[in-house]
Amino acid sequence: MSQTLYDKLMSAHMVHDQDGASLIYIDRQLIHEVTSPQAFEGLTLAGRKIWRNKSNLAVPDHNVPTTERSSGVSSITDPISRLQVETLDKNCETFEINEIQMNDIRQGIVHVIGPEQGATLPGMSIVCGDSHTTTHGALGALAFGIGTSEVEHVLATGCLWQSKAKNMKIEVKGQLANNVSAKDVALYVIGKIGTAGGTGFAIEFCGSTIQDMSIEGRMTLCNMSIEAGAKVGIVAVDDKTINYVKGRPFSPVGENWDSAVKYWNTLHSDADSNFDESILIDASLIKPQVTWGTSPEMVVDINGSTPDPKLEKDEVKAESIRNALKYIHLKPNTSMSSVAIDKVFIGSCTNSRIEDLRIAASVAKGKKIAHNIKLALVVPGSGLVKKQAEDEGLDKIFKDAGFEWREPGCSMCLAMNADKLEAGERCASTSNRNFEGRQGQGSFTHLVSPAIAAASAIAGHFSGVES
Amino acid sequence: MKKFTSLSSIATPLDRANIDTDAIIPKQFLKSIKKSGFGPNLFDEWRYLDHGEPGMDNSKRPINPDFVLNNPKYSKAQILLTRRNFGCGSSREHAPWALEDFGFRAIIAPSFADIFYNNCFKNGILPVVLSSEIVDGLFEYSGNIVINLYDQSVTTDTHSFEFNVDPERKRRLINGLDDIGLTLQYEDQIRLFETEHFKKHPWL
Repeated sequence: MSQTLYDKLMSAHMVHDQDGASLIYIDRQLIHEVTSPQAFEGLTLAGRKIWRNKSNLAVPDHNVPTTERSSGVSSITDPISRLQVETLDKNCETFEINEIQMNDIRQGIVHVIGPEQGATLPGMSIVCGDSHTTTHGALGALAFGIGTSEVEHVLATGCLWQSKAKNMKIEVKGQLANNVSAKDVALYVIGKIGTAGGTGFAIEFCGSTIQDMSIEGRMTLCNMSIEAGAKVGIVAVDDKTINYVKGRPFSPVGENWDSAVKYWNTLHSDADSNFDESILIDASLIKPQVTWGTSPEMVVDINGSTPDPKLEKDEVKAESIRNALKYIHLKPNTSMSSVAIDKVFIGSCTNSRIEDLRIAASVAKGKKIAHNIKLALVVPGSGLVKKQAEDEGLDKIFKDAGFEWREPGCSMCLAMNADKLEAGERCASTSNRNFEGRQGQGSFTHLVSPAIAAASAIAGHFSGVES
Repeated sequence: MKKFTSLSSIATPLDRANIDTDAIIPKQFLKSIKKSGFGPNLFDEWRYLDHGEPGMDNSKRPINPDFVLNNPKYSKAQILLTRRNFGCGSSREHAPWALEDFGFRAIIAPSFADIFYNNCFKNGILPVVLSSEIVDGLFEYSGNIVINLYDQSVTTDTHSFEFNVDPERKRRLINGLDDIGLTLQYEDQIRLFETEHFKKHPWL
């Protein structure tokens, strides 16, 4: 019987099936400091052991400072943040789990370092106590976010109970215009299907646009599939995937490499496989996107305007529009390019990889950020991304333009560390969520691509890239 | 795991769609390494007029009188009634921890985000999906509601509605079973699978 890629990955990990509840084997668990302490505590209280230490890889990312931190964990000034990072270090030591610590050059955002280290490979089942685990689907892996009880469950049993998701195909065809990136495709799709459009589904992205997209672009797209509510976002393995994985520290070598490649080449949906839903997107219609409201589905073209709730027939939706405009201090029918911004954030597990930084730097090169910009941050996704960018001179381009060049971490995407917006501040952000208060209580987040973030920093308001 | 069988309570109506887990429990409270004590900061940014930080004495903070959780009428409510896609966004289990710590044991909505829905069952909270029309009706109703997990029913003074729940989840919640303990009953099967799996995929 023909199978979708998601179905293949589920069957390949099926330990036991019982009334539609499947016990699936987990090849890799990624761990960070925020969603793991209670899981380790649970294990300790129950006197349980780790099922397989080798399956786990930990890294602190949410709480780490992005400013000078050469003195290590002691440079975290907030004592409760520091305790959380220290607790991760301690738990990894006690339970003998491989951890990349804060000042290791390989440290970074968990969803950046997994693929970078080859710790996430095609065909693997991957979980993490973080919703953006969908990122790893870009490599043809079965990857999704879980809660802390499930983190503990995977630590103790190596497995997880899952009910099977339905299959959705999102086919994107055609060539993207200049300065339109994977981030714009992601926001455009979420604008079309809504933040619950993917709930209960595994989304497979396919079509010529996806084939042409780099692996890093696919990661951006799969990363954002959780913002459409999807269980997983996934892309079939192709030569790009295999070339990306080759030679990374955790990647197989020699005979193992050859047999892995042979298996990985089977990781695509069969030609006549059945999807519960299919959506076709014409890539040529996608323009650079910017969110105007407090949900990723509240999105328009960069040349567009905020909506008018009076024109919305669905009363729940109209109320959501009114609430969002009220929160974000914008009037209906406001042209987005007339909206001034205070801060700019280039970073997060969505857009902090080397290609993102290259694009942003190419826009900022030889220019200066506008006078009204109080802070423009560039936060690389990992120490290795940072080094690569510095080797290419990107840090200098950013600094010359007035951006701050920081140490890696989640930073202002969720503002758990010191990087945050003040109440009333408006930010062009390459992150993934524009919820109320996400980047600081009473602050306003607008999601954009790295190119648009850089262009807006230069213009001082939302702006496309000057041709 | 905490049991859930049935409960009888009025419902706190929180009339908003797409409530995300950032709103349920803002990030500054995620720095805790404990599972308890999140209740006072549930919906912190909507509930209080000032900015909340861990360690503050919440009883001294100015409350937002317009926010429904602050209405004394609902102070004993164990049911939260809300709109579609409740619990979207971050996977933080701190969200159900905060709801449970505050006193909610059931949530009624037309739909839930996946990860949040899962997390509820791990913490003795029953998420109940009812159609938008029924939920609209419940927003107009202010009396007592009985939720019974045995027969999967939600009953008001005048109506009774059935809801769906996965049978295995129902069994675990009714009996308060320990997920990990149950899975470890399959230990031999997991070992067997693992051996075969690594033989087929030696690079793992």
